Amino acid sequence: MSRGRRAGRFVLSLGGVVVASFAMLHLIPGDPVRAALGPTAPREAVERRRAELGLDRPLLDQFLAYVGGVFRGDLGESFLSRRPAAEIVADRLPATVQLVVATMLLALAVAVPLGMWVAARTENGRGRRTDLAFTTTTGALSVIPEFLLAVGMVAVLGVTLGWLPVAGKDGAASFVMPVLALAAGPTALLARLVRVETLRELGSDYVRLARAKRLPTHRVYFRHLLPNTLTATLTTGGLLLCSLLGGSVVIEYVFQWPGLGGATVDAIVNKDYALAQAAVLVYGTVSLTVLLAVDVALGLLDPRSALRSRG
Amino acid sequence: MRTLSARVGLALVAVTLVLAVVGPWVWGEEAVRFDPLHTLEGHSSAHWLGTDDGGRDMLARTLAATRLSVWLAFLATLIGACLGVTLGALPSVLGPRGARAVTAVINGLVAIPVLLLAMFAALVAGTGTTGAVVGIGVASAPGLARLTRTLAAGVEGADYVLAARMLGTGRLRVLTRHVLPNIAEPLILSVTASLGYALLGLATLSLLGLGVRPPEYDWGRLLHDALPRVYVDPEVIAGPALAVAVAGIGFTLVGESLARAAARAPVPPGDGEEADVPLGRSPRPGPSGALLEVRDLTVSFGGVTPVRGVSFGVAPGEVVGIVGESGSGKSLTALAVGGLVPYPGRVRGSVLLEGRPLLSLSRSELGTRLAMVFQDPMAALNPALRVGPQLAETGTVHLGLTRRSALARAVARLERTGVPGARARAHPHELSGGMRQRAVIAMGLMGDPRLIVADEPTTALDATVQRRVLDLLAEINAASGTAALLISHDIAVVSSRCSRVLVMYAGRIVEELPSDALRSARHPYTRALVASVPTLDTDRAEPLATIPGAQPAPSDVPAGCAFAPRCARATSLCTTALPAFESGVACHHPHEERPRAGEEEW
Repeated sequence: MSRGRRAGRFVLSLGGVVVASFAMLHLIPGDPVRAALGPTAPREAVERRRAELGLDRPLLDQFLAYVGGVFRGDLGESFLSRRPAAEIVADRLPATVQLVVATMLLALAVAVPLGMWVAARTENGRGRRTDLAFTTTTGALSVIPEFLLAVGMVAVLGVTLGWLPVAGKDGAASFVMPVLALAAGPTALLARLVRVETLRELGSDYVRLARAKRLPTHRVYFRHLLPNTLTATLTTGGLLLCSLLGGSVVIEYVFQWPGLGGATVDAIVNKDYALAQAAVLVYGTVSLTVLLAVDVALGLLDPRSALRSRG
Repeated sequence: MRTLSARVGLALVAVTLVLAVVGPWVWGEEAVRFDPLHTLEGHSSAHWLGTDDGGRDMLARTLAATRLSVWLAFLATLIGACLGVTLGALPSVLGPRGARAVTAVINGLVAIPVLLLAMFAALVAGTGTTGAVVGIGVASAPGLARLTRTLAAGVEGADYVLAARMLGTGRLRVLTRHVLPNIAEPLILSVTASLGYALLGLATLSLLGLGVRPPEYDWGRLLHDALPRVYVDPEVIAGPALAVAVAGIGFTLVGESLARAAARAPVPPGDGEEADVPLGRSPRPGPSGALLEVRDLTVSFGGVTPVRGVSFGVAPGEVVGIVGESGSGKSLTALAVGGLVPYPGRVRGSVLLEGRPLLSLSRSELGTRLAMVFQDPMAALNPALRVGPQLAETGTVHLGLTRRSALARAVARLERTGVPGARARAHPHELSGGMRQRAVIAMGLMGDPRLIVADEPTTALDATVQRRVLDLLAEINAASGTAALLISHDIAVVSSRCSRVLVMYAGRIVEELPSDALRSARHPYTRALVASVPTLDTDRAEPLATIPGAQPAPSDVPAGCAFAPRCARATSLCTTALPAFESGVACHHPHEERPRAGEEEW
């Protein structure tokens, strides 16, 4: 894809996220303000709040005001705490990003070498036992939901054994369980993918030729093979990174992690629609940015992709 | 469904479904019985998994919650399937422009984290049971939509659909008549698989407090209520956690097995019994002082033996050709000469290079004295690396050159093979097919090869480029005395470039002869091969000669002469006794040495 088209699609998608987050408030059946304030709130209070929020103005005015606000960094204010939503996001987002980035790095650091190693051991159907152990373990890890791992770890490692802090974010030790629980599934999936990719490349002519040149094994793997498996790994890695954002919500909830996920859950439970709106906007933008970054990285790393997309 | 994971999955699903049916009947009452004296208790003999804030037994509640949990997952899957399949089928009905737009939207939606999509859909639909079910349903739709789209696009490209469109069948009719029936099976399997994800998703939403609300309860809700107590009585969480795990993993395993079964790949050749191959008398060893000497070479894969006792030699500076149809074992012979037969192939017999067994040569010796050229130059160069450094590798790894001098050598070799030195900086995809094959040959010349093994080096190239690459090999042979083993299915290529030709059939060498004697070959198969190649004096009015029948697969080579079933000269002897290789031919009834000119019958 040309640079221009890629940028165009990114902007278009961002626009979609803005519209979606705006529309969300208006799609809610009934009166969101009434829903937020509760059935017992006096009618005048509801009316006053509606006027404050500008919900009594024409839809187009509201939308333009909303978009203008987004551009100024004004995401409205929380229905409950009356704090600016942007401020809450700025408070909470860093903890989420730390959690997700640490998880992604761990997943890549484990999955890529593991997948390649298992592929090398099981090429052409040799190493049946390694194959079975790998498939079973990664299969199990990829189907167990992260919140079960989290709850199990809290019960065993945190409460029963008392090795690790069970909740909150306080120093390196507090990262261990959340990151492990969040990383298990993606690591398993990624390792399987790397293995499949490596196996496929192992059967290719250029690897045969590299072997015919009697290159040392490590050179065949790291210099010849690795760059060719990166495309698929990065693409899936990007999608996994996005899904980690989703998984992080549950992990933050279980470990009472002071991130955006917990705040979002609270906002939805308490019908704090303004904050929920801000969360849609932030999560959407982050996801799109990650995908764009992966796209750009692919373009830079894989000399063929430029050509392919031109055709 | 015979794999271990499928069986485990089926067992777990069976347990879940039985509990879903009987759970509320058996434990329903106990699950809601208040007991104000025993609230928030841990494990005891009366309550194995403790009690909740109403003194209700956690185990009974877990078991009774099975029905609601499974039922909601089913509803959510149904919603997801309806939305997803409709959305995914939409592009098939719309025009090309609309189709592209919808496809783009689907691709965008797939990128949104499922849980977040579910949360916000639940927010709009109203938190609570309805919201959760709608949320999970909506969230599972994009994945199914994309699958539907991919499958439908595949079917739409099929000839019969194109034909139907040509005949003026409307898009909607094509969708219902041709597309949907053909993609129904994989779609249904995927929907089944998504049941497990729906179950886990609903549990997650309820755990977060966004799903089922009291007095109703599903597993997620039980987890939600028990979570704060995990610090005091970790066992109270065990029941619902285990239940979610059992059901979620069960459904996922079954779904994945179903999906795998739908896309069943052919089973790779297993490790059957090693077939005992009668070797027959092998051809005489090559001239003494041979550069390459191959004796009784046999390559087998499990019970299949594609190469059966092949012997030949190559003298220094000689160009020897191996011809045969595909499946005759010629390429595996080439790989075995290079010591590159992949696992689980077994190589027996001996391969001597300059009188020394291949296996006793060091990496560097092999890497510099033996060069290999493979069929497809598109695939033989590493697409991720620039051409120059790929060549230079041999220099730095085997010759101890510095990176700079290795690169200079690479440029020199490229120029020698007719590739402009500046192309060393190019990536393989920037070169034409002929250029790439030249680069591969140049790569082989980085050392000082005594032998080039070229396996179908020109098959993937077009006719004019073929000639030039063959000229290059001949030129290298003439200039530096590098011997070559040229493998091809094309007898014309081999006869014009080689001094000697080995003809392979069903894993054996059936004839060995000087290439200028091909027209007077003695083996009926060789004759047939030669006759099937048109020459300038072939009568164009006559159909080109073909060989009736087909070469036997390596797994069922008959006893006796493998060519007998296709041979006009075959007798009962040919079907029972393997002809020995004598004076250049392995045939019971060879043509006589010098046929009369013009004799073409065989």
